[in-house]
Amino acid sequence: MSKRPKAASAWWITSTITLAIAAIAGLSLWWAGGCAGLGICKPSAWTEAELQLLQSLSLNQLPPPLPSPSNRVADNPQAADFGHRLFFDARLSATGTISCATCHQPERNFTDGKARGEGIGTAGRNTMSIVGSAYSPWLYWDGRSDSLWSQALAPLEDPAEHGGHRMQYLRLVAEDLNYRHTYEALFGPLPAVVEHLHAEPASQSPEADWQAHWQTMAEAARHEVNRFFANMGKAIAAYERLLLPGASRFDAYVDALLAGNTVGEDSERQAALFSADEIRGLRIFIGKGRCIDCHNGPLFTNNEFHNTGVLSFAGELPDRGRRHGAAAVLTAPFNCTGAYSDAAPEDCAELRYMREGKELLGAMRTPSLRNLAGTAPFMHKGQLATLADVLEHYNKAPAAMIGHSEAKPLGLRGWELKALEAFLQTLAAPLATDPKWLRPPVRSEG
Amino acid sequence: MLSQILKSISVVALALFSCLSSAAQNRGTSLSPEQIWTSTSSQFRLRVESSLQPLAINRLHSWTLHLEDAMGQPVVGATIEAEGGMPEHDHGLPTKPQITTTEQMGTYRLEGLRFHMPGDWQIKLVIRTDRATDSILIPLQL
Repeated sequence: MSKRPKAASAWWITSTITLAIAAIAGLSLWWAGGCAGLGICKPSAWTEAELQLLQSLSLNQLPPPLPSPSNRVADNPQAADFGHRLFFDARLSATGTISCATCHQPERNFTDGKARGEGIGTAGRNTMSIVGSAYSPWLYWDGRSDSLWSQALAPLEDPAEHGGHRMQYLRLVAEDLNYRHTYEALFGPLPAVVEHLHAEPASQSPEADWQAHWQTMAEAARHEVNRFFANMGKAIAAYERLLLPGASRFDAYVDALLAGNTVGEDSERQAALFSADEIRGLRIFIGKGRCIDCHNGPLFTNNEFHNTGVLSFAGELPDRGRRHGAAAVLTAPFNCTGAYSDAAPEDCAELRYMREGKELLGAMRTPSLRNLAGTAPFMHKGQLATLADVLEHYNKAPAAMIGHSEAKPLGLRGWELKALEAFLQTLAAPLATDPKWLRPPVRSEG
Repeated sequence: MLSQILKSISVVALALFSCLSSAAQNRGTSLSPEQIWTSTSSQFRLRVESSLQPLAINRLHSWTLHLEDAMGQPVVGATIEAEGGMPEHDHGLPTKPQITTTEQMGTYRLEGLRFHMPGDWQIKLVIRTDRATDSILIPLQL
């Protein structure tokens, strides 16, 4: 009889001690997680799942650029060389003063540091970088182009940008013998109509002039000129495909982490590469900041469309974004299934499986976060002046003016926002592109 | 008593370790072509082969679907609707995938799939034949 209470008491003590140890172990683990969450651990505290996320962002995970079946010269070096010359040529404008490089400036990661692009007039939206654009199935903030070559064409004829027209560019290529030889070697003879082109008198309304001329041309001649115009875009695209981001301090840090493999081995090297603040920022980026939801993969973009409640400027109607872009690309004459594409219809998978619908109202394409220095102001109309403003926007996540915002308030504290900004600066790096492509070409007159 | 304590500690430690290990292994899931998915009311069985293995974000790809009835016979002439998304984020797929039939009996193609965020996804297939309607939910971790 007397043994039973003793056994029960022993069992009770055992259980209590076990529970206490379990509680301590649990608390320690919770603390380890909490410490990682707060970012006050050493770099060695990354979990296996976090390391996999970090690796997914590393530039060495970047596959070769997507093939461009609609552009048969996409990877042709002569086409890239021709495109390079066209890209920097201000004769491709109504005024002789605007080239692609006016807004896509190499020293600013191929953007212009302005709220909206400024050519002959002011463009509708903020200038997007073209670095890494070979990886995007869609171009422009609203994705209204499905190839780099079709994207390159519209600004050339936009009165607010280059303000010229395809007949003017045909005459330029015909008269610059260097251009003409290069063009004909790549694409065959210029359209026959070129023999009947005469210099037009200077006009106050070049757009009206060329449109009037266009009406007098036979359909076959118009088709030939369109093909010429598309070919210009294809050469520019071949050049733009060479503009690729280079490995940054972030990539070196991830490489060091993964090479160290087990925790702590390379901690000195890691500490030299990334400050504690930058590590905190990175942890927020892939964790509670939820930045990685959209800014994912080695280019820090999923190239998809999201409404994140970015407000219009006061007095301006909100932008319909992808809702408009998706409808526009389906009927664009220079799209993948159009008459000027080199693709077979079955190669146009992006267009075929493209999503449309009202849920895309106000959605804009996710931009890459590599090389943000010099690219402010940010967002589709340059609404936010600084990176700190962008982070504050996502922290508050205001309701959208149009459509439904996917962003939810983050509740990050001031030091966390600063850490996030410190991390984003580590993505800066010289481009992985031969420097000769980043300078205007030396022009050899024909 | 000491051995009891040690035993309990090791059980707790093992439980915590396995919990952490499983948390660490939850990304980059492959879609095994051997795995058999059974529909909610057990009317159909499905095997899925992905053209992208392991599954990855931001890549347009397709799945080949091998559909059988409960008796293991290929199901021909079914109408299949595919939808998907991230329940946690309350959004759907970024693309509009399409189902096509193939010449192989009971085999269909689900084309135009892309996942654009890391995290938990699911694909729901609603299958209709003259005799039955049923659905299959496939959870995925990207």
